[in-house]
Amino acid sequence: MSASRESLAGGREQRVLEIIETARAKPARFRDERITLAHGAGGRATQTLIEGLLLPAFGAPGGTLAALGDAGAVRAGDAQLAMSTDSFVVKPLRFPGGSIGELAVNGTVNDLAVSGARALAMTVSLILEEGLDAGVLRSEVAAIAAAAQAANVEIVSGDTKVVERGAADGMYICTTAIGSVDARARLSSGAIAPGDRVLVSGPIAAHGMAIMLARNLFELDAAIESDTCSLWPAVDALLDAAGSDLHCMRDATRGGVASVLNELARAAGVAVTVRESDVPVDPSVAAAAELLGIEPMHVANEGRLVAFLAPGAAEHALSVLQGVAGCEQAALIGEVGEDPPGMVLVETGFGGRRVMDQLVGDPLPRIC
Amino acid sequence: MRYVDEFRNAELGRAVATEILAAVDPTRHHKLMEICGGHTHAIYKYALDDLLPANVELVHGPGCPVCVIPLGRVDDAIALARTDGVIFTCFGDMLRVPGSDQTLLDAKAQGADVRMVYSPLDALRIARENPDREVVFFAIGFETTAPSTALTLKRAKAEGVTNFSCFCNHVTIEPPLRALLESPDMSLDGFVGPGHVCTVIGTRAFEFIPAEYRRPVVISGFEPLDILQSILMLVRQLHDGRCEVENQYTRVVPRDGNPRALEVMAEVFEPRPQFEWRGLGSIPRSGLGLSDAYRELDAEARFDVPGIRVEDPRACQCGEVLKGAIKPWECKVFGTACTPEHAIGTCMVSPEGACAAYYSSGRLARQTEVV
Repeated sequence: MSASRESLAGGREQRVLEIIETARAKPARFRDERITLAHGAGGRATQTLIEGLLLPAFGAPGGTLAALGDAGAVRAGDAQLAMSTDSFVVKPLRFPGGSIGELAVNGTVNDLAVSGARALAMTVSLILEEGLDAGVLRSEVAAIAAAAQAANVEIVSGDTKVVERGAADGMYICTTAIGSVDARARLSSGAIAPGDRVLVSGPIAAHGMAIMLARNLFELDAAIESDTCSLWPAVDALLDAAGSDLHCMRDATRGGVASVLNELARAAGVAVTVRESDVPVDPSVAAAAELLGIEPMHVANEGRLVAFLAPGAAEHALSVLQGVAGCEQAALIGEVGEDPPGMVLVETGFGGRRVMDQLVGDPLPRIC
Repeated sequence: MRYVDEFRNAELGRAVATEILAAVDPTRHHKLMEICGGHTHAIYKYALDDLLPANVELVHGPGCPVCVIPLGRVDDAIALARTDGVIFTCFGDMLRVPGSDQTLLDAKAQGADVRMVYSPLDALRIARENPDREVVFFAIGFETTAPSTALTLKRAKAEGVTNFSCFCNHVTIEPPLRALLESPDMSLDGFVGPGHVCTVIGTRAFEFIPAEYRRPVVISGFEPLDILQSILMLVRQLHDGRCEVENQYTRVVPRDGNPRALEVMAEVFEPRPQFEWRGLGSIPRSGLGLSDAYRELDAEARFDVPGIRVEDPRACQCGEVLKGAIKPWECKVFGTACTPEHAIGTCMVSPEGACAAYYSSGRLARQTEVV
């Protein structure tokens, strides 16, 4: 705790804040009696489920799962591999800018990419609802094939199941991929250090807003397209430009940039300060979010990464990244500090400073 | 965004903050209440506290629609949601508000058909699309949202949609303010008035505060510059010893409000003799029920609703927070037993609730120098 904070805060308030931070730093306990949609939203309820139930059951102490990265490290002889899996339940199946099939490939490819690994091979499982239109299935199979080809990943195995009408909603897809960790990559949340700069690879919140509008809940019309794409080209450029000065990356999916930053601030025991006015948001996305009262930094992305870079390498890495198609609007949005540890702060465009927390639950389920 | 960015201009914000600093009497402490939860949210979102001198203290008021709903009404809502054949519709915020045993989200996970809607008209649409089901809308809010509920009920009646009904929890802003102003520990110096409510009821509806209680009011918009300017206007009134209702939000709010909205509200609603408020107890003529002409659309008449008054949880100090008597962090359970994940009190659920806003955005010491 810095002297400045201590002297400026009222003593009693400060003590309450410290008690709260101590409580928050403790491992989450899963105490709920039933699963609610909040557990699937990528915010704090999801974190409770993972850290309170799954990790204690599956994670070997000090093992690869405990790092809670987007992909797990696997060693095979001398080869450094990474492996990741993801399920896709998005509704509607098709939306402006993409569809469930494209998302299913890119989502898993991206989990590997931000772990410094290029996807080599992928498995695809399809869970289909009785009565699904074969034309819909055909177009999603074509979307999967096209996205796999674009990402240069081979589909090597798969599975299909059909469930009774009503037991699924059209189709669900699960993909698993394995990739080789790039020799240039030295990525870990532990490498994040005070002074690091925070980068996003492009305008945020487009995917989540595109899905919201595609559901026609708001009678709002705006030309917003999902940002779904493979992040490997962006990662490749960043690794090339920064090498070991690229400290950590995350794919800012459910829960948005805010969730990713909170997870990493907590994992690395650092503070992250974001300058709101430097965060790129497409004007139509910003306007829709404003109308709906939604904070863009809480909205899901499917083709945007957040990267932490050593201060000396950040500007160069940014300019290299801006040369990659789709990343022209990449930006440095903030810095890593020491205090207060585990917290994300925002310098608002209006001049104040506030905390930016994770959401407890997303009001909008089935975004990916 | 045109017409929005202008009101978020940091340079102008700093200029107004400087004017506030110049206008404020450094020897006095000013306690100003923002009545509306929308203002509370904006104050935390833009960290406006950071821009104010330390002797200008903002106190969060009772105008958060979710926060004022008592436990018993949530229990009634859950009972309605669990009724066979019912599709229960409500705003997203209400899903996580705790009742005695559970939330609507829990009831949904156990099989109740609870659906989130964005407007009462969505609920009416669901009723039209499901003629063999009963669709109940959980109506909450002050005069801001009451007209849209009223119009929806009017439309349902006109279209003869018989499977639609409303569980009405609309409230009015004047009674709780009077309760607040008459409480013995009242220590507020002035009020930032609710701009959205005033688009309906007009600034005239707040004239009782200076007239009867000698406190200034400035009706404010919701952008950061609006709120800062309103605080400046309040500080100037206090400095000049003036005491009146001023309208900062003139681009939207007329003195007499919206006569058509008031007309439709008068047709559809009537004041209940008593209505229970979270933490504030029962306040006469503070809640709106459906008028005789709309009784057939009243879910409380159509279904068996327990209607049992339930004491607030002992540990919960939402009432004190809603009255501005304590700060969120001064509540005994704040941030430990009561968090946004597992809320005990309503103020920890809605983004407009003082506790949720402080917990999610404000867990930081103020940066301004002590004057």
